[in-house]
Amino acid sequence: MKNIMRPTRRSILRAGAASAAVLAMPAYLRAQSQSVKIGILQPVTGALAQDGEFGRMGAEMAIKEINDSGGLKGLGGAKLEMVFGDARSNPEAGTQEVEKMQADGVAAIVGGFASPICLAATQAAARYDLPYIVDVGVSDPIVQRGLKNTFRFAPGFGIVTGFALDNLVKLNDGAGKPAKTVVLVHEDGLFGSGLAKLMQAELPKRGFEILETIAHPTPARDMSNVALRIRSLNPDLVIPSSYYGEFVLLARTMQQQRIRPKGVYAVLNGAASNYRFVKEFTEASNGIMDCNHWYDPRNPKALELKKQVEAQGKVFAYNVPLNYSCVKLLADAINRAGSADRPKIIEALNTSTFKDHIMPYSETKFVNGQNMGAAPVNTQVQGNDIKVIFPDTFADAKPQFPVTG
Amino acid sequence: MYSPAIIAEAVVNGLMAGAVYALIALGLTLVYGVLHIINFAHGALLTAAMFAVWVVYEAFGLDPYLAILPLTPLFFGLGYAVQRFVIGPASHGNDSNILLVTLGLSIAIENALLAGFRSDTRTLNTDYGFQVVEFGPLLLSKPRLIGFGAAILVTVLLWLLLSRTDTGKAIRAVAKEKFGASLVGIDVAHVYAVTFGLGCACLAVAACLLMPTFYVNPRIGQAFVLVAFTIVVLGGMGSIPGALLGGLFIGVVESLCGLFLGDSLGQIGIFLIFILVLLVRPTGMFGAKA
Amino acid sequence: MTFRDIAPIVVLIALIAFVPAFITANTVLNFLVFTLIIALAAQGWNILGGFGGQFSFGHAAFFGTGAYAAALLQVRLGINPWVAFAIGTVVGAAVGWVIGYLSFRSGLRGSYFALVTLAFAEVLRILANAATFTGGAAGVLIKLDVRPGNFQFESRGAFFWIALALVGAVLLLTRWIERSRFGAQLVAVRENEAAAKALGVDTLRVKLGAITVSGAVTAAAGGLYAQYFLYVDANIAYGTWISVEVILAPIVGGLGTVFGPLVGAVALHGLGEITKLAAGSVPGIDLMVFGGLLVAAVAFAPAGILGLMRRSARSRGAARHA
Repeated sequence: MKNIMRPTRRSILRAGAASAAVLAMPAYLRAQSQSVKIGILQPVTGALAQDGEFGRMGAEMAIKEINDSGGLKGLGGAKLEMVFGDARSNPEAGTQEVEKMQADGVAAIVGGFASPICLAATQAAARYDLPYIVDVGVSDPIVQRGLKNTFRFAPGFGIVTGFALDNLVKLNDGAGKPAKTVVLVHEDGLFGSGLAKLMQAELPKRGFEILETIAHPTPARDMSNVALRIRSLNPDLVIPSSYYGEFVLLARTMQQQRIRPKGVYAVLNGAASNYRFVKEFTEASNGIMDCNHWYDPRNPKALELKKQVEAQGKVFAYNVPLNYSCVKLLADAINRAGSADRPKIIEALNTSTFKDHIMPYSETKFVNGQNMGAAPVNTQVQGNDIKVIFPDTFADAKPQFPVTG
Repeated sequence: MYSPAIIAEAVVNGLMAGAVYALIALGLTLVYGVLHIINFAHGALLTAAMFAVWVVYEAFGLDPYLAILPLTPLFFGLGYAVQRFVIGPASHGNDSNILLVTLGLSIAIENALLAGFRSDTRTLNTDYGFQVVEFGPLLLSKPRLIGFGAAILVTVLLWLLLSRTDTGKAIRAVAKEKFGASLVGIDVAHVYAVTFGLGCACLAVAACLLMPTFYVNPRIGQAFVLVAFTIVVLGGMGSIPGALLGGLFIGVVESLCGLFLGDSLGQIGIFLIFILVLLVRPTGMFGAKA
Repeated sequence: MTFRDIAPIVVLIALIAFVPAFITANTVLNFLVFTLIIALAAQGWNILGGFGGQFSFGHAAFFGTGAYAAALLQVRLGINPWVAFAIGTVVGAAVGWVIGYLSFRSGLRGSYFALVTLAFAEVLRILANAATFTGGAAGVLIKLDVRPGNFQFESRGAFFWIALALVGAVLLLTRWIERSRFGAQLVAVRENEAAAKALGVDTLRVKLGAITVSGAVTAAAGGLYAQYFLYVDANIAYGTWISVEVILAPIVGGLGTVFGPLVGAVALHGLGEITKLAAGSVPGIDLMVFGGLLVAAVAFAPAGILGLMRRSARSRGAARHA
């Protein structure tokens, strides 16, 4: 059977439409066993379309892989069936899609991406005790509201900033404390402002002086003034938290204006650990560090996925392995629950010790819905590639700091 | 406090950004002045033009500045067709319907671009993208300086077109007195379409000037729409020199507010000035008294 | 108002009120609640824009104020959500009056009025996004605590009835305005402001009245939104999306008519859901079709859906008489 499936799988992958896999399968295969529907919620239109598209890709890859390798073992090989919902980059549409998925009888939902969407969607799902695995949604109230159905696999704000700060100190100490002054640049939405606030409170305690905090809107028409201020302040470190477009503008302008701080240490940045950025702006991106969601670079499965994605001419953004892992986590829970029954899946998630993910996380352990095994990593752009520099257990390169020497 | 050199550079940055804003506003003000409509599809059309620049660069290796040559007539034609065959017939000459039609167009164009190009943010990497011109202590971005010069040149050309040519006279006649113009044999529908086409042609030029330093994704036009509206009102709706001066003014205000208040709060400066100007002098700084 | 003015409204609302009895699918109810919230906000816009001819592009200023007031008063000050909702509506009215006073006194009208309202909404958005009191960019999260006394309900049906009751109340209010002296003056301002003035209408007072009522109604919709989704941030509350929604619905339904905003909101959102269902896996196709259909709808029904229905009824009637 595998041999028959192979060519189909490859050609479908090439077409980039894994969702069609279920349809493309011969009818008798589909009829073999019952399928379990799972909802994949991503914003694939509107302002967040780019991230939503990455997330969907990751989820589709996991579903396909599970189905191709014999389906859900705990349910006699039942197949996963994706019910996709476009959250249209706003919470109303996200809620409406959750209602639709509920009507479709999904066993659980994965995704959401943006915090406002996750907040609304988890709440809508909670009405039905519908298990919901948040993929990104960094805002911590998502898991702090006491919703029993809500699980977040990735680290939230609190974990990410704590990690980023600790490693910044480690990095600086390791190099003989060359950096003292900092300029924070952040987008003025929830994630950028939230990070800046935490940084402002924490950095001084760790011996850094914040010269200035610069907020900018998304989309920004012009980043030259931000660059100008950085030039006039001449900080040792620039800590930017922005989405892709704005950070690219900033990095380009900084290069053009010959602004070379000792380090650019980004946190949850949209571009600093993005292969497209590194490829297209080799010089501007070199040496930039980021603390972000990332895949485990030592995991062979992750590298295989990366190859697959890149073969399609697409970017292996962190959303891909993250959503891939979230779907695998869910499949594991369904297998252990032995049924698509929602309370059983929730129970299985609560007791999950899932390890078969491709993220740099330790064993999964949910405490009040937050995966305590989750952690971000520090990456640095080195020699046209993105390398993991912290933590040491996952690192595939040594940090280069200070960058300008 | 910032050194004078930094402030001077912020002003120059503002002027350079403002000139391109002016060019975008030019299309809007022209359409408003003649057709008396607020074109909500302006941003989406700008996005389309930016994608066009990206496509000709990626597919044919055509330099964005050279792309002005084919894209300007292309977008003129596109604009002409859109007004003549879509907006004009669909709106039945009713203001609120024009609003709906242009909104509908903007949703359709933006999402067609999303469907066609997907949501990725794209950039052009030209050799001169990073070049600077040193001017005393100032480091000025070369592509943006070129943009500044070109935007002003286009404004002057457009102004000459309107004031010196027969087409320009017809456009002005229709803008002033539509009924009278049709009585003397001017084809009003044609003039409307030409005006809309000129507006789109301005967008094509603006897109070519923006792309060497900017990025494009299916929603990027929206970043420029609001500021373009502001410029149109500040300059006086329908006024071409007004749009240029308004654009430069807004560019500098944005730049200085950004420097002193931060880019995010700095946006408030633009809107507050806008509100104040409207409340005090509703016809805009350079507009004729209504 | 006569019985004939009120009866159709009461009958329609009563009929819609039975929907949860037949359709228990929360997909439909959730869709209807959101559509009713938009319809309510659009009804507010219609009073000023449809009857008064003053096109605002910044009704987000009122929607957002209502939403933020409802959320902040209960979260920060511990005020009962029902009371917070009512206060939010009043604050919305006040914001309406202030914006109206500043703009109308300066003689702003047409596109200028439209753009100044847009600017006010943007200023509020930027402020709400930056201030700490509003929670900044993190927004305000209303605590999940499902109790009717808390304006939170177990079933979507309860919320549906509240939204419907508000829409019904504003339908009656709009009908009253239509029939009243105030409404007549408002229409006079729309048709020819100079002439209305010459006839002794205090146009400033009339316009101010309209924008105040308009602000209150749209703010009520904002409050409902906050209470339904329990989360508000600057881009949701003061974003241009809602300003656009409230203009679209009345124009599509029938500008300056009592039922226009409701009909328009249902039609637009229904269309949105249908195109979503019909679309394939390529993102954007559905909204592209939606935009195209919008253009086509204007081309074939220039006076809105209600105008189209009236026209077809008239032509059918004419055919019968012939």
